[in-house]
Amino acid sequence: MLSFIHGHWSDILSRAIDHAWLAGLPLLLGLAISLPLGWLARRASWLRVILVGGSSLLYTIPSLALFVLMPIVVKTTITDPVNVIIAMTIYTVALLVRTVADALGAVSDETRQAAIAMGYTPIRRFFGVELPLAVPVISAGLRVAAVSNVAIVSVAALLGIRQLGFYLTDGYQLNYWAEVWTGIVACLVLALIFDVLIQAITRVITPWQRAVAS
Amino acid sequence: MIAQVWRWLVDGAHWQGGTGIAQRLLEHLEYSGMSVLIAAIIALPIGAFIGHAGRAKWIIAVANAFRAIPSLGLLFVVAMWFVSRLQGDAAYLVPTIIVLVILAMPPLLAGAYSGVSEVDPAARDAAYGMGMTHRQVLTRVELPCALPLIFSGLRSAALQVIATATIAASISVGGLGRYLIDGLANSDYTEMAGGAVLVAALALVVDGVLAALQRLVVPGGLRTARSARRRRRASAVTQASPTG
Repeated sequence: MLSFIHGHWSDILSRAIDHAWLAGLPLLLGLAISLPLGWLARRASWLRVILVGGSSLLYTIPSLALFVLMPIVVKTTITDPVNVIIAMTIYTVALLVRTVADALGAVSDETRQAAIAMGYTPIRRFFGVELPLAVPVISAGLRVAAVSNVAIVSVAALLGIRQLGFYLTDGYQLNYWAEVWTGIVACLVLALIFDVLIQAITRVITPWQRAVAS
Repeated sequence: MIAQVWRWLVDGAHWQGGTGIAQRLLEHLEYSGMSVLIAAIIALPIGAFIGHAGRAKWIIAVANAFRAIPSLGLLFVVAMWFVSRLQGDAAYLVPTIIVLVILAMPPLLAGAYSGVSEVDPAARDAAYGMGMTHRQVLTRVELPCALPLIFSGLRSAALQVIATATIAASISVGGLGRYLIDGLANSDYTEMAGGAVLVAALALVVDGVLAALQRLVVPGGLRTARSARRRRRASAVTQASPTG
């Protein structure tokens, strides 16, 4: 395996970048979509049923099927990486809407009341008080989504979309153990990098958590 | 395009015979059902025991770490190992079932473990106070109370297995994934999309059936608002990815 990695280093790196892009961009898009949806789900219980229920329905669709159905919905070809980006964004939203709604719901009423009493407008209260306090829970959901995204993206190799999963399909066809192991380890390392990165960002933007801990 | 896929789906000729939709659907259900059953027999007692005794929690952590492994990679590694050791269809079927069982275990373990360990301590104390033995507390109090989370684990496991059974078509087993893989090989997008619709429909129907079963089996007393809140907090643990 080491000699395989050594011989294909630049190819592995460039596929890893493609893979990170296919798994990472949907995380950002998914987060941006989930925040307003999660906020809406807190507004009324019927909205919660529609948004959380609807997103969990989308989450049940197996990934290969979703990749294959994308061209019908967005008029792309089957080998277009855009299919993967959109499909992964759907999964990320499906996972995060519920997390965001629960995280915002967990902000204590005393804190909310205090913010209202200090004259915070609803919008400033959301960005200045509720969202920052919800960050640790949202970040935990984002870590789950990141690890699962990295694993799911590799399935797109069956459709010939460029990323690390290529080493799995190619290695299997050639019966070449070193290549398959390289693919698995590379996916795990990428998932770990995402995980560490999200934890680090969470630490930086929630300094009050460290103050309590130390 | 949609009309073409629809015509493919409703064409009676596509439903019959050894490679027909009915047969593929049956195969898909067979692999998935068998794997979830084996995984449940192994994982549920272990998860319930860990939750009851509060010991050996590392097993849950190890099982959860398994979820980061790409299922396609796991499938190929196990298939490559078996292909030179088994003959005929078994060379593909056995590794498929093994991988599906491995993938079904983490959500089942997590569901049984968190279900039992999240049982209201007051209920547990009351049971001991009434003179119940450990075994009675586990089977008469903790397991019924754990049912909602056990079901949530079971539903995650079923979805994970149905999704992975689809990609298992790439190692030459049957099931609905065949239409996706064969359609790709023949550049027949209609067949691929038809297969994808069938797989998605199967996942939705199975999840719906399990949800209905859950309503039927879970005691009414556990469906109060308070216990729903408790569960919502714990259920993040049992969620798995759609394909792994």
